[in-house]
Amino acid sequence: MSREAMLSSIREALGRASDAPVAAAPQIRLTVPDGDHASRIQQFVAALEALNVRAVIAADREEAQQYVASLLPGKTAIASNDPFLAECGITDLPEVESGITDLETLRERTAHCDIGITSASYGLADTGTLAMLASEQEARLVSLLPPVHVALLPRERLLSGLDELFTLVPKPSASSSSLVLITGPSRTADIEQILVRGVHGPGEVHVVLV
Amino acid sequence: MREINTIQPQLQPALKNPKLQLAIYTATGRLVDKRKSVVSADTLPDYQELRTQANALKKHAIDHLDHYLLEFERNVEANGGKVIWCQDGKEVVDFLLGLAKQRRSRILVKSKSMTTEEIHLNEHLEEHGLEAVETDLGEYILQLAHEKPYHIVAPALHMTRYEVADIFEKNLDVEREEVPEKQTQIARGILREKFLEADIGVSGANFLVADSGSVVLVENEGNARLSTTAPKVHVAVAGIEKIIPRAQDLATFLKLLGRSGTGQPLTVYTSVLSGPRRSDEIDGPEEFYVVLLDNGRTKVLRDPDKRQALFCIRCGACLNICPVYRKIGGHNYPWVYSGPIGAILTPQFEGLEKNPWLPHASSLCGACGEVCPVKIEIPRLLLELRSDIEQAKAAKGEDRVEKLGFQAWARVMASPKLYRTAVAAGGWVMQDAGTDGWASQLPFFMNVGPVKGWISERDLPLPAAKSFRDLWKQRSVGTSGGASAGRASKESAGNS
Repeated sequence: MSREAMLSSIREALGRASDAPVAAAPQIRLTVPDGDHASRIQQFVAALEALNVRAVIAADREEAQQYVASLLPGKTAIASNDPFLAECGITDLPEVESGITDLETLRERTAHCDIGITSASYGLADTGTLAMLASEQEARLVSLLPPVHVALLPRERLLSGLDELFTLVPKPSASSSSLVLITGPSRTADIEQILVRGVHGPGEVHVVLV
Repeated sequence: MREINTIQPQLQPALKNPKLQLAIYTATGRLVDKRKSVVSADTLPDYQELRTQANALKKHAIDHLDHYLLEFERNVEANGGKVIWCQDGKEVVDFLLGLAKQRRSRILVKSKSMTTEEIHLNEHLEEHGLEAVETDLGEYILQLAHEKPYHIVAPALHMTRYEVADIFEKNLDVEREEVPEKQTQIARGILREKFLEADIGVSGANFLVADSGSVVLVENEGNARLSTTAPKVHVAVAGIEKIIPRAQDLATFLKLLGRSGTGQPLTVYTSVLSGPRRSDEIDGPEEFYVVLLDNGRTKVLRDPDKRQALFCIRCGACLNICPVYRKIGGHNYPWVYSGPIGAILTPQFEGLEKNPWLPHASSLCGACGEVCPVKIEIPRLLLELRSDIEQAKAAKGEDRVEKLGFQAWARVMASPKLYRTAVAAGGWVMQDAGTDGWASQLPFFMNVGPVKGWISERDLPLPAAKSFRDLWKQRSVGTSGGASAGRASKESAGNS
């Protein structure tokens, strides 16, 4: 069998017996910087804007709802099942369909709607990133198939960066089959290095920090 | 302009194509600048520490590869996935054909993967009546044009929008379109249908994480996300060297990969995928397979020094900065991996004898080693490989002329009398060899063997009319006491 053949040729090449001890791995290198929340928010907004993401700071949930509502006239939207969206009143908006738990319906709707609305597990301030752990509340397709993605993030879920994320989520498999980091709109520069947004994923991203 | 004869003849068309030269220079130059701006001391103060850490992690993982692959397998299974071990491309093709047959699928979507390029996966699947669609925009264009990737991260770097327009017009049922935004929209529309139709999605892997059984994919377009989310089955095809010990190590590697590759602090999408969709999740694949591919890697492992070539995370930074890559372009490298990393991987995978010129296609400027995010000593490995190639030649007795030459050289250098005679003879022989102090050709009896190859590309300074030894002798005779007297007079001049 290939498994045994490969393992034995690896061991032979390395000169390692199958029961040889394993040296200690290099120490994990994670440093979470201090820094007040206000400057973290500033950093997040600057990073998002540099990525051509529309960044909005909403003073409260009502303001967040108003902003989302302003994007919707004449459009169709799907919201994920994250309770935070309901708390912000997003699911009450007339253009928004939500509560989808069936895969076929989800595929069909997200493939044809204009806007996908989600929350996010975390935001990363230094790179302007949204960290999305898939769950029964957050389907993967809502932030992927529609041409516009709108994400609402409660400000306490804003982290400094990758190091803090992997401190809080040391083993992504323990929480979900899918952790996706989203840093800006889908883009390509495959033709003459010319930047084009919205190749396969959303070309337009809005982040509302609540 | 003189033709450079000792360069491989197949390189000449690229060197004589000014449009292509400009395209490569512009594209790689831009990537070099972007990288530089995001690894500078003020944008990433711990850049060098991250490189050192990445190198140590890769070395540790490769040195204990069997251990980490088994840990990875246990965790993939715990996540509900399955690991398939494949020694070569044929085993991968057989596995995928079996899977397609079992699921009655006819179409597969693929996200960009250099590993599947190694084994010509698409061609083999197509031979068996399956449609394998590349979904990365650059790869899609190349698949339509039947070309191989020009660059590890920017596969269609050499093409103009007009060439893309030709390719689309010829292969797709669309109106001619020369604007990249619109060309991208055409591809998006066609590929979106394929994503939703395909039953199997095939991806590569940037990293395999042992402690969480995860496959990590790094991209900008979203095609890897779609390939691994929309179809019912996800198959990741990965070289065994992609393993890293812990998910927490991703913090180190992700900070380096996007910056080194495209000058982005993070690429647009990073997916950490751990098994199929779980019972409480709404979407994602029903089945999850990771194909662990050897395809020559265990051969490379045998050399404890040169195995560091397997640390490579395929960022492409060494290609962009390489004066040779920037001159000859990606298609002139004989295997799928181009640039300096290709020059050290190819001979190790395919054998020294197959492309002995490759490790010599370097000016040894050292830039590739400096930009490598995992600190592979590329320039030194190039020298090691050159030495291996020469030793292999010597063992076969192919270097007789050179050997005789150096034996003669050694004898002359060891004897002052012979040396004096040789210098005098050399001066006499060379006196009419050139003008302006440079010799561009040698007397016919010297123009043989390796000397001929060397002089055909280089001018040699003509020997001075009088040798240093002659001048020294005259000077010693002129000032009594010779060298020591000269020094004494200089000192007294300083004191006065």
